Amino acid sequence: MEWLQQLINGISLGSIYALIALGYTMVYGIIKLINFAHGDVFMVGAFVGFYAIKGWGLGFFPALLFSMAFCAVFGVLIERIAYKRLRNATRIAALITAIGMSLLIEYGVIYARGAQPEAYPDNVLPSTSFNLFGAQISSQSLFILSVSVSLMIILQFIVHRTKIGKAMRAVSHDMDAARLMGINVDRTISYTFAIGSALAGAAGVIFGVYYTKIEPLMGIIPGLKAFVAAVLGGIGIIPGAMVGGLILGVVESVVSAMGFSLWRDAAAFIILILILIFRPSGIFGKNTREKV
Amino acid sequence: MKKKLASVFMASTIFAGVLAGCAGGAKESSGGGNSDTIKLGINLELSGNVASYGESMSKGIEMAVDEINKNGGVDGKKFDVVKVDNKSEAAEATNGIIKLTSQDKVTAVIGAATSGNTVAQAQIANDTKTVLIAPGGTSPTVTVDEKGKVRPFVFRTSFIDPFQGTVAANFALDTLKIKDAAIFADNSSDYAKGLSDAFKETFEAAGGKIVAEEAYVAKDTDFRATLTRIKAKNPSFIFIPGYYEEVGLIVKQARELGIDVPLVGADGWDSPKLVDLAGAEALNNTYLINHYSSEDPDEKVQNFVSAFKEKNNGEAPNAFNALGYDTVYFLADAVKRAGSTDSSKIQAELAKTKDLSLVTGVVTIDENHHPIKTATILEYVDGKQVFNTKVNP
Repeated sequence: MEWLQQLINGISLGSIYALIALGYTMVYGIIKLINFAHGDVFMVGAFVGFYAIKGWGLGFFPALLFSMAFCAVFGVLIERIAYKRLRNATRIAALITAIGMSLLIEYGVIYARGAQPEAYPDNVLPSTSFNLFGAQISSQSLFILSVSVSLMIILQFIVHRTKIGKAMRAVSHDMDAARLMGINVDRTISYTFAIGSALAGAAGVIFGVYYTKIEPLMGIIPGLKAFVAAVLGGIGIIPGAMVGGLILGVVESVVSAMGFSLWRDAAAFIILILILIFRPSGIFGKNTREKV
Repeated sequence: MKKKLASVFMASTIFAGVLAGCAGGAKESSGGGNSDTIKLGINLELSGNVASYGESMSKGIEMAVDEINKNGGVDGKKFDVVKVDNKSEAAEATNGIIKLTSQDKVTAVIGAATSGNTVAQAQIANDTKTVLIAPGGTSPTVTVDEKGKVRPFVFRTSFIDPFQGTVAANFALDTLKIKDAAIFADNSSDYAKGLSDAFKETFEAAGGKIVAEEAYVAKDTDFRATLTRIKAKNPSFIFIPGYYEEVGLIVKQARELGIDVPLVGADGWDSPKLVDLAGAEALNNTYLINHYSSEDPDEKVQNFVSAFKEKNNGEAPNAFNALGYDTVYFLADAVKRAGSTDSSKIQAELAKTKDLSLVTGVVTIDENHHPIKTATILEYVDGKQVFNTKVNP
């Protein structure tokens, strides 16, 4: 059952991409900013979780929640310091600032603790693996998938059923009109960053537990892949990010399974190019005409 | 103001130059020809990012020099050591050998710990006809230049990368009695390529079959898809030439997928971080090739280990200590046979070294100045490296 095993491998990898992509897509949906520092918030989340588990002896769930809370505050700080002043600046200025922020976080962490990798303790989650039609499923990968799916459901609930979610949708539709209707736009954007970054933090801890090795530059490639996933699903659309992430994970596993392991990263970006050429609004996107 | 500063700077440079000249002049008499001391230069990474390699080698070298000098030297000639720190940088390594050959007029230089910093010295060693011996650089390019020509004055005491691949193949065939293997190699390093090519060649020549050949790129974290593919081919052995950062994850993920065959690697595995990443349990039934093991029951090794421990507060010598130590004896043997401290005569004798018994194995120098020597195989048992066997080339 090689193919079933590969599907399981792909879904586990894809659910991590999906979690990071959710944060990307939220921020883009609301303020039209591609937050390139998002992958580095993911990295910070992985390290915070690591120190919480190793230094304070916290269990998996407390460490996950602590890392999410830390990243929420961190994300809001990034927005306040770097992006808020540029809200009315050109898109390209904000984009370049985001890249600068990303490098600042990466090398700030290297300055603070050095570049050597760290190994996550392997006893935080029970790792029994059981056999399904000849394929090995570890309890960890089931766990990752269920955490990703439940976080996405919570996120959908927040966006569609709560007052702050309503405000987010209003700001995303028309920022100025929302302001005229008495919505506190700054606060809404802060909430967006807090929620998106908390998801990245959660992804960081889950990544650490599943893939063991964390290091200061670990956010770059998953960050880019999550961006591809968000575009694939339709940037700004929450279920799209989830589906895009899972598709990307499975495609990468299939490419490796066919013996092209060295082409794995290339495959992700070929998907990005194809989607931008043939369906720029993504799988779930509707073709909307730019308003003039 | 600026002009003034510049002139002060100029003056001090000239002054320093004059001083350096004087220092060189004063020592001129001791170099070359036949004298009663053997001037030995040491050009090692004593600071910088691979300082731990250099320091370990330096300790081994000093221990050997002390031993030889205490026992009356080589034919009555004692070693006189001059040390240079190359700060783990190629440019500093070049400066270092210039100083050693032009000012100190040494007969031979030992260093550097890494291949790159040794290659940076090779040209000057050849031009000045000074013997240069690398204790640790495993790249073939240390003694052979890019045109495939042997650098006459450069030697090494460690084995080369492709050799480790040959040893791994022989280990699989002779010790593990295995006929079908898979290779999972780091595609982004010359080190892993050299190893896997040599492994494949030796293994197939002896009738073994390579059932799967896969690759990864450094910094990857997800190897499950490729490992699943390898598993489907049912190899009874997987050769993984690479560095510990990725190998740790590969070993862990392979065991999770239910791959329980022996996994074998080379000296790139040798790091405590590997045990952290893979976990002690996953590492059982894995083997690595290394230069030496302090647990080797061989008498020569055990004598060295106890002497080293006595000198260093009970600390067991690592492979770099042993290589540094061996390098001095390798040189001393040639000096003895040459009966002279003339660099050219020593060079000729070094090239003729045959069946010289050292701590890290029995050494014979081949036409490319690579040592043909024994390799040690270590096995991981509950996260600890345990001496398993020695394999002859």
